[in-house]
Amino acid sequence: MSHQEHPERPEHSDRPGHTGPAGQSEQDVHRQVTELEGKSVTAARLFDIRRIIGGLFVIYGIIVTIAGITASDADIDKSEGVNINLWTGLAMLALGLFFLAWLWLRPVAPPTPADDAT
Amino acid sequence: MQTPTDSVLASPASPASPASPTYLAAELRLPTNWLDYTILAIYFVVVLGIGFAARRSVKTSLDFFLSGRSLPAWVTGLAFVAANLGATEILGMAANSAQYGVYTVHWYWIGAIPAMVFLGLVMMPFYYGSKVRSVPEFLLLRFDKGAHLLSSVLFAFAAVLIAGVNLYALAIVVEALLGWPEWVSIVVAGAFVLAYITLGGLSSAIYNEVLQFFVILAALIPLTVLGLKKVGGWDGLTDSLTASHGGDFTTAWGGTGIGSANPLGANWLTIVLGLGFVLSFGYWTTNFAEVQRALSAKNASAAKRTPLIAAFPKIFIVFLVMIPGLVAAVLVPKIGTSGSDLQYNDAIPYLMEDLLPNGVLGIAVTGLLAAFMAGMAANISSFNTVFTNDIWGKYVKRDEEDAYYVRFGRLITAIGVLASIGTAFLASSFSNIMSYLQTLFSFFNVPMFVVFIVGMFWRRASMKSGFWGLLAGTTAAMVNYFVLYKQDVIGIPSDQGANFVSAIAGFVAGAVVMVAVSLFTAPKPAKELQGLVYGTSSPGMEEPPGEGDDAWYRRPALLGWGAVILAAACYIPFSF
Repeated sequence: MSHQEHPERPEHSDRPGHTGPAGQSEQDVHRQVTELEGKSVTAARLFDIRRIIGGLFVIYGIIVTIAGITASDADIDKSEGVNINLWTGLAMLALGLFFLAWLWLRPVAPPTPADDAT
Repeated sequence: MQTPTDSVLASPASPASPASPTYLAAELRLPTNWLDYTILAIYFVVVLGIGFAARRSVKTSLDFFLSGRSLPAWVTGLAFVAANLGATEILGMAANSAQYGVYTVHWYWIGAIPAMVFLGLVMMPFYYGSKVRSVPEFLLLRFDKGAHLLSSVLFAFAAVLIAGVNLYALAIVVEALLGWPEWVSIVVAGAFVLAYITLGGLSSAIYNEVLQFFVILAALIPLTVLGLKKVGGWDGLTDSLTASHGGDFTTAWGGTGIGSANPLGANWLTIVLGLGFVLSFGYWTTNFAEVQRALSAKNASAAKRTPLIAAFPKIFIVFLVMIPGLVAAVLVPKIGTSGSDLQYNDAIPYLMEDLLPNGVLGIAVTGLLAAFMAGMAANISSFNTVFTNDIWGKYVKRDEEDAYYVRFGRLITAIGVLASIGTAFLASSFSNIMSYLQTLFSFFNVPMFVVFIVGMFWRRASMKSGFWGLLAGTTAAMVNYFVLYKQDVIGIPSDQGANFVSAIAGFVAGAVVMVAVSLFTAPKPAKELQGLVYGTSSPGMEEPPGEGDDAWYRRPALLGWGAVILAAACYIPFSF
């Protein structure tokens, strides 16, 4: 009983469908969103966030690691004898490199016009 | 019994508090230098860069409001947890821990995980499969326009209020820590949020949340490690607290028997029902600021996994906010009382000042600012969606071309940011920001949740019952809080305890009214309930899993039950 409408049916209309005074039914929302999904360009054009996370954490990692290498005794005393800048910097650097490596090893597949994973 | 003297980011309004506003203690000014400001400046540049780079991905209204339903599960999952990990949550939960102790874990393990798993496993197929663009739109399909309009308006109102809370809290914290005048931080933070959301829409909000998630971890982990070291490790921490605050302070359930007194003002029953069931399910499953992240996922499998992936970091984040709070309670035994200048909310800033050298300090300041902005952005990005699609697009300007709604969405984003600057000042009359938020959630989310749960599981619930259930639930929660509790008609010892009771009252009132109205009004025709009520299905729900989604570690049931079992196991060391 749930096959009453095929969701992929193409709609050759420029604007989303609406019904009359009765308001929107489930089919209307379904059709309207399916249609918008067909025109959506996010998947094709949005950049990969892994690049940004990787880049920012590599930069932060380098800055904070350098602060750790050049830490004064006062800095180290303040943080309970731990060179916290060094450790945090290295950890951030590692996280940044992890994201860049992930991006390099598993790039997002280029979107195909009819991308239907089956 | 301890009175709520917490004061927090906002000025105190509770009867037990001094009349003059006490903000973060003035001596908390952080010793920031050029290095810290460099780190902060880089972050702001990246935030704007994300906005500009995401701009070209916005073509349709679906791109702007829901990222074209195309994001991978790990991105939406981390955004889901980060949208909740605002700075009010971080500072507020540390404050909670300094005041109430290990009871804080309840907000995570019982007050979040079960609801997140329920959302992913049970509710998400209906949300995502019906292709609704918002939580109120689901109510439109399941009930009628009354329920839809009421929930849309309530949500839009709440979102602007809460965005304002974040903005105000940010201004006060930044003033105390960095010495910037309040209006400067309000304008700067507001302008950045405005810029990146109007440019890139939800995609840029979500990307910034993912980034913020990692930066806040980089801030909290060093702080927690150093804090623990300072007080002699976990054993040193619990020994000191047991000596100074009593044994119950370091247990999750100690002193929560019915009738016994504890600082939280709640017993195990109100914790389990009020916090664990009603408040938490209301927040996590029907608050659109959260659900929107899952709706932007690329397919049904990714949507289901969104809250499940979020559940795992959520289980462990509690340690990163609770331990600094507990450490502060050891280092400053009189914190939050008249014997100390420090308030409960100062816990994390105090440790930052005390323990972090320049460099990591800059990361921590950046993390806090990022968390404030992300908390605000989550509300603004859900507000603009509901206002455009559900209010403007359905009741004011229907049937415009799609590009019109994108333009309108950008405009309403600007209006929303300006309005939240205005509402920021409302926050100043509540004593504890977390209670303030929870109070709002109990008024807005709980009735939504009862309407959802009854509508989703009971076919007979009629079209009209949605509206009346929502109205009755909201009214009951407000009456309980503002009349029965605030006027001392019933004795509840703390704001938090009162929130739990208000939530239960709102839930029960909503459910009773829905059943009563349903018995006397017409049910929705069965064919219009396909894919909206449990036990039915719709075409969108039969989508085959995407490539690779059938891997064992991506199975929703495994992820969901794994999270529940892990959360339950975490209770064990804190229960005996």
